[in-house]
Amino acid sequence: MIELEHVSRRFGDQLAVDDVSFSVERGTITVIVGTSGSGKSTTLRMINRLIEPSAGTIRIDGKDTASVSGEVLRRGIGYVIQGNGLFPHWTVARNIATVPTLLGWDSSRIAKRVDELLTLFSMKPEEFAQKFPHQLSGGEQQRVGVARALAAEPGLLLMDEPFGALDPIIRAKAQEDLLAVQQRLGITVVLVTHDMEEAIHLGHRIAVMDGGRLLQYAPPAEILARPAHGFVEKLVNGVDRPFRLLSLAPVSSIVEPGTAEGPPIAATATLRDALSELLWHQRDALPVASADGTLVGRVSLAALRAHAGAAA
Amino acid sequence: MSRIIGPLARLATLALLLALILKPDWFVPVLKPFTENGAPVIYNQGSLLSLTLYHLGLVAIASLIGTALALVMGVFVTRKVGAEFLPLSRSLVNIGQTFPPVAVLALAVPVVGFGLKPTLIALVLYGLLPIFENTITGLKEVPANVVEAARGMGLNPTQQLFRVELPLALPVILAGIRLSVVINMGTATIGSTVAAKGLGEVIIAGLLTSNTSFILQGGIIVALLAVLIYDALSILERRVARRTGRLAEVAG
Repeated sequence: MIELEHVSRRFGDQLAVDDVSFSVERGTITVIVGTSGSGKSTTLRMINRLIEPSAGTIRIDGKDTASVSGEVLRRGIGYVIQGNGLFPHWTVARNIATVPTLLGWDSSRIAKRVDELLTLFSMKPEEFAQKFPHQLSGGEQQRVGVARALAAEPGLLLMDEPFGALDPIIRAKAQEDLLAVQQRLGITVVLVTHDMEEAIHLGHRIAVMDGGRLLQYAPPAEILARPAHGFVEKLVNGVDRPFRLLSLAPVSSIVEPGTAEGPPIAATATLRDALSELLWHQRDALPVASADGTLVGRVSLAALRAHAGAAA
Repeated sequence: MSRIIGPLARLATLALLLALILKPDWFVPVLKPFTENGAPVIYNQGSLLSLTLYHLGLVAIASLIGTALALVMGVFVTRKVGAEFLPLSRSLVNIGQTFPPVAVLALAVPVVGFGLKPTLIALVLYGLLPIFENTITGLKEVPANVVEAARGMGLNPTQQLFRVELPLALPVILAGIRLSVVINMGTATIGSTVAAKGLGEVIIAGLLTSNTSFILQGGIIVALLAVLIYDALSILERRVARRTGRLAEVAG
């Protein structure tokens, strides 16, 4: 659990972060979203004290972050930045071993951990461990960056625009990887992005910032359905809003009894996927299949329509 | 082709150098036309080998001291605490470069006496600039996000410097050292005017007795040494650069 209490940061006479308070539940993904200059990166970097707050307190699991040295604090927190920041003169294995080495792990434990992490990110250790970063593709570099951040088994992972430099296809894959890894390890993630789409897709909660202030902090569904007046409204009121809403719930949430003609949809697919399938196959309803392939009911256009609008 | 020609040329240069130092008599037929009045063709006032070793030793010591000084200064002025000393250090180093080494010798001899010491002072001062400037450039060129990642991982400032910044700046720093060493190879010959042992003795003996053959021997040995050292340091530099991924696109 991370708690920010009345945190501010001043650069000269400019207030980059203005009295921000919010708390992040353990084991969830929180996305801070905003335009450049909104103070989102500064807020993130104050959590691991790369930037010291001018005022306010930040606690991680109840402990004031100011009570330990910045270096000791940062060794316990995973950190991923845009463009991965891998050390170009070190092999993949040594990059991943950065924090364990600083913490003085013995070499056999480090080697085991490096293998484990490479495997977790579906990179064969024997193929990748001894490569240098410049020998990897962009997507592979990004995965090594995340693996390096997770090496010392931190409970908290901070990510500053981690997917910003990736092309759309690799970015989607990286996002799925992150969701899978987060779920598997149960870690807390705080991620900064300027992309509302990404925020809605990844976040359990979204913090919208503008001009250094926290405008709204809520789950994605609430941000979409009841955006705060002004900036947040402008940010989410685009033509995509119904589709974004649909992308938040699985088909299983509106499945109804009955049967329908056509190719079945997985119960775990999002409502957005279901709508897309319905439109593509020109049908009013399609059957829904559970993970083992048995049909459990159907999903209809009418039910989707009821779900896609504001509850006004 | 260049992969074969490179090493061959290198070997030939080395062989020529060794022959000039160890078997100078072989070159009597070539050098004979450059002497007059039956003057000796081959330098005969001392062993060329020992002079060469003295010369190399002198340059090595001067370069080591110069490198240490320039590195420390370069690192210091790129830290937060030292940033305000950058203009001052830069002026000092520039003066070292623009002040003629001969003038440094003239000023140093009354203070420290003849021999090795004034020559070392002149060489160290003269060789600072390229190492200092390249250290600064190399450190500034380390990608910002790599330094940011190092901080974010919890490396302290010393660890950041020695594990990340200096290794990544090394190819550029080495280029500065290479330049400085080569400059000093030539400049060290003037040390002989204040009785520092070195290949300058051969050249000066030639100048004093109008013996062009001596001048050629000394000059060619110094030149060949400089070429070979330049070449060797370039190879080292490329190897280091490849390791840091900087030449990835060029060298494959």
